[in-house]
Amino acid sequence: MVKLLRSTVVDAPINDVWRFLRDFNGHDRWHPAVDVSTIEDGETSDTVGAIRAFRLTDGSGLREQLIALSDRDFSLTYSIVEAPLPLDDYVATMSLKPVTDGDRTCIFWTSQFHPPAASAERLTRMVATDIYEVGLKALQRHFARGRAAVPLATPTIMARDGGFRPALPATPVRLAAARAGEANAAGETDAIVVETYGAPGVMRLERVAVPRPGPGAVRIRHEAIGVNMIDAHCRAGLAQMMPLPGVPGMEAAGVVVETGPGVAHLAAGDRVVYACAPTGAYAAERTMPAELVVRLPRDMDAQMAAGVFLKGLMATVLALEVRPLRSGENVLIHSAAGGVGLLLCQLAHAAGATVIAAVSTPGKAEAALEAGASAVSIHGRDDLQTIVMGVTRGRGADAVFDPIGAATYEISLAALAVTGHLVSFGQAGGRLGQRDLSGLAAKSGTLSRPNVAHFTDTRERLLPRAGRLFDLIRSGELVPLPPARLPLGEAAEAHRRLEARETTGATILLP
Amino acid sequence: MAKVFISTVIDAPAGRVWSVVRDFNGMGGWTSFVSESRIEQNEPSDKIGCIRNFTLKEGGKIRERLLALSDYDLSFTYEIVESGMGVENYVATLKLSPITDGDRCFAEWTAEFDCSPEREAELVNHVGKNVFLAALTSLKVRFGR
Repeated sequence: MVKLLRSTVVDAPINDVWRFLRDFNGHDRWHPAVDVSTIEDGETSDTVGAIRAFRLTDGSGLREQLIALSDRDFSLTYSIVEAPLPLDDYVATMSLKPVTDGDRTCIFWTSQFHPPAASAERLTRMVATDIYEVGLKALQRHFARGRAAVPLATPTIMARDGGFRPALPATPVRLAAARAGEANAAGETDAIVVETYGAPGVMRLERVAVPRPGPGAVRIRHEAIGVNMIDAHCRAGLAQMMPLPGVPGMEAAGVVVETGPGVAHLAAGDRVVYACAPTGAYAAERTMPAELVVRLPRDMDAQMAAGVFLKGLMATVLALEVRPLRSGENVLIHSAAGGVGLLLCQLAHAAGATVIAAVSTPGKAEAALEAGASAVSIHGRDDLQTIVMGVTRGRGADAVFDPIGAATYEISLAALAVTGHLVSFGQAGGRLGQRDLSGLAAKSGTLSRPNVAHFTDTRERLLPRAGRLFDLIRSGELVPLPPARLPLGEAAEAHRRLEARETTGATILLP
Repeated sequence: MAKVFISTVIDAPAGRVWSVVRDFNGMGGWTSFVSESRIEQNEPSDKIGCIRNFTLKEGGKIRERLLALSDYDLSFTYEIVESGMGVENYVATLKLSPITDGDRCFAEWTAEFDCSPEREAELVNHVGKNVFLAALTSLKVRFGR
């Protein structure tokens, strides 16, 4: 049997260290070798017996079970349930002791296991060095710099119109200040700047300053930038999320260039992806709060990620959480060949549902059919109601996914089956405004107006969903189409196409 | 029940520190407040149950019984048999742990005891500061590199 101990002293009071470490699922926030971690079966991370399934940055997967947690002794003990290496009977404990002389904390990481004799030395060294020592070093760094704590949650501000409104940071990144050439600017970069709200033409490529990252922030060099309908709303002044002058965009993939104080989960050189406020993604490089920036698994391509991260989070939240789809159900999906629509088609098809796709052109109908739709209705050619009732033999759709809003609301309600559910998740076709809900009584219909940001506005909420999305892509359940690509300078053209409903699947901008 | 917990980091390998503190009769060698110490009945100082009988430089006399000694955990536990402090059921443990990062040593000293409520704060402070912290600080100075 091998027994291991690695220990260190970190410069923070024990309560701060424990608050951070007691989250059994939080190791992907601080351990450089851990990529994404999720707790299985919806347990909380402090439930003894909970299993964390996680992926290391080398791509291997592990499952570990929490077998003891003590807030009194500041310790947690876990065992390996499944690992790619023969670490038999592996039980490890991480425990903290206060150093009263200086208000610091000693961290002890111990374990016992039975490696095969032939590889015992190599395995032991690997666990001791690559896992324990690397992890403890990261914790030491985190707490050495991290006393100016990273905000754990940013406040969520509800839009007056109930529109898509991810959490705004406490201090919005002000372009104006960056532009004036702050003393702490890290350099200049190409960015799409909006001076006045309006049509796509208001977006111009300019040189702007990139600030050095402050506490809790990172500077990222973008490889690919996602284009979303929310960006068009920002540009037009419909979503009050982008102060002027501003840089639109809330989704991109790239590489971390520099981290500010207190950022433990990222380091320079990490490939990352994000889909969150504040705006500013339409740039070759940017500085932003690090909290909602996640590491991109090695097997995920940056361009694919920039095209699928936000849309994939939306689609999975909608079809797996807001209205979990079941086998045998009939599902109507509006804008079914759009970025989110195609993913919804795939998820609904994978769940065993019959998918009716509402699209605007024959070309899009083909894409929807390929994504798993059983029937299509082409706007201007077919009567949607007839097709829905035909496919469902007069029952109607058990679930309707509608990102269009005002223009389709009545149609969506008419298509509902008895006890059907309408998920209204966007307003590309105008605001819903005030509605009379009494019409729902005719079918005992229900309605939800989800905002994906509420499901992804803290790391705790975001990471499991990001992990789930990556897993669905890996398993082939979700197959994102290769995104349409345009140079960053042609952002206006990208918006024109999006708003003219000319796009199929995702569009990305390349700096 | 009153509790005392004092800890520090000593800049020397735990094994080396242990070789100094392990001798239940050797406190006079590494603290500044013990003037004379002996083990009663001429027993060895690592025999569980032995009693150390020592005088403080300030004059008091204390008798303490060794309850546990572990060369595996680098710790020993003892109780007060007799003292002028006015404490009962006093049990204390000194334990060392290796800090592998830098080959240093974490030393923790804990005690639990009963006493009259109005004296608790004063006693906790006295044991923590004048005894445990003072002794650990001597160790730190001794091993300072």
